[in-house]
Amino acid sequence: MDILYKIFIDPFVQMGGAPDLLVQTLWEGLVGGVLYALIALGFVLIFKASGVFNFAQGIMMVFAALTLVGLYEKGVPAFLALLLTIGVMYALALGIERMVLRPLVNQPDIILFMATFGLTFVLVGLGELIFGGEPKQMITEQLWLPKGAIDIKMLGGLVSLQKIDIAAAVIASIMVAGLAVFFQSTRIGRALRAVADDHQAALSVGISLNQIWVIVWFTAGIVALATGIMWGARSDVSFALEIIALKALPVLILGGFTSIPGAIVGGLIIGIGEKLGEFYWGPLLGNGIESWLAYFIALAFLLFRPQGLFGEKIIERI
Amino acid sequence: MSGADAIKPGETLLSVDNVSLAFGGVRAITEVSFDIRKSEIRAIIGPNGAGKTSMLNVINGFYHPNEGRISFAGATRARMKPYEAATQGIARTFQNVALFKGMTTLDNIMAGRTLKMNRGFFWQLLRQGPALAEEIEHRKFCEEIIDFLEIEAIRKTPVGKLPYGLQKRVELGRALAMEPTLLLLDEPMAGMNLEEKEDMSRFIIDVNQHYGTTIALIEHDMGVVMDLSDRIVVLEYGRKIADGTPAEVKADQKVIDAYLGVSH
Repeated sequence: MDILYKIFIDPFVQMGGAPDLLVQTLWEGLVGGVLYALIALGFVLIFKASGVFNFAQGIMMVFAALTLVGLYEKGVPAFLALLLTIGVMYALALGIERMVLRPLVNQPDIILFMATFGLTFVLVGLGELIFGGEPKQMITEQLWLPKGAIDIKMLGGLVSLQKIDIAAAVIASIMVAGLAVFFQSTRIGRALRAVADDHQAALSVGISLNQIWVIVWFTAGIVALATGIMWGARSDVSFALEIIALKALPVLILGGFTSIPGAIVGGLIIGIGEKLGEFYWGPLLGNGIESWLAYFIALAFLLFRPQGLFGEKIIERI
Repeated sequence: MSGADAIKPGETLLSVDNVSLAFGGVRAITEVSFDIRKSEIRAIIGPNGAGKTSMLNVINGFYHPNEGRISFAGATRARMKPYEAATQGIARTFQNVALFKGMTTLDNIMAGRTLKMNRGFFWQLLRQGPALAEEIEHRKFCEEIIDFLEIEAIRKTPVGKLPYGLQKRVELGRALAMEPTLLLLDEPMAGMNLEEKEDMSRFIIDVNQHYGTTIALIEHDMGVVMDLSDRIVVLEYGRKIADGTPAEVKADQKVIDAYLGVSH
């Protein structure tokens, strides 16, 4: 009985007893969730348009952040470095389309998936070769990102919000909203969805697959850059960040691989669930459950809705 | 587009010249020549496996002929990409409806306007200013097509959920949105009931007469083909066996043999 009490009652007593701590935990979960959502978004973009699970998304994030910091360290002014990094991401998209996607067009998805594996190693090598392998400090101040924390007195306690987290949440929300509108109701957005649905039909109405792929990979690159800056600001810029990108997997399982709203909701559920679990239920299992709880939630979810919250339901006629 | 505009109704818009197509050892099309005149309805018929769809695929650039040439609006070419065919004003529908299933009817038809819309990527990202104005203008055009095809009620329905007959109609709408000079229809009436077939025939005739669009269609329903088309080309085993008006084709002994079989 004691264990049941500890699982089902005690955590909620604690939440009620110290609402300020609860708010603090929720806030941290929310910010983490928004950032997970951003990573997941990068995957969704490419999956939607080319049906490829892009294993290299995580390393693209590291590579973008590394390029930005590396350029700055080599003496380029911060904002110029940002512009140049955007340029590099565009060049990367062009290169990937030319050298990876175009030669492999009409190949089975698994081949393209393997190609993104290869891309991962190329990017790791390239990044280390040019900018070195040691962890770097993200240039948050130089990019005018806020520093410090805001303390709010509420619910009989103190809730402390990191300004950088607020900035991250705002930037991520703007990007997500922008992409949603872009996808939903512009010519290029429609073309992207059209390509995702049917290559031949897309070709017949005059959509150029090559152009669409460049745009998709470039957009995913920009998302990777934004994510890289935000994650880099919270820890530091190193290849270890790639592991965080794997957290996008449970997010995608929750949200469905093809849904932008799904990526957002999935990200928030994982982010908040993780923090609440760690804080209130963690002590029962000797802490450290944050690293695997996300996968556990996703696994449990798979049992009930294999297509995710918003994914397309797969009905096959037999 | 000026090349196609310069051609008057009744003059040759597209000519297929001695085209052969093979997949490895399989000959899909062998030395076929015919022409399509501006503003006519041209039917391509033949038994299953005669190479009709392959012929359409050659015309719109999905396949490249191994031999022979195709001239469209005065320009001759051996190879062309589907993208280029679309740019030059060739639109098509598919035998097994190829719509963007997750998208609504309206979005599908708007996708047909892709080539007509040209505001840059960054305006598109913002969906403001010129991009928004353009969006509204083209939406208007698409609404006219929706009106014309009488599919107002399913404007916002994802096409994957529509019955087959309506999907075919949406597909026609998407092709019309391209304002094509030449419209290729691959079995527009396959799998339809009588009423749907009559509707579709009416739309095809309307498109042809109101917009002067040249139409090439593949169809198995002989009644429909004879009624609709101005001229018919008949293929069998990848070769052309007859070419002429419906009356001529109907009386052709080779055509009758191809369809009914002949005792040797």
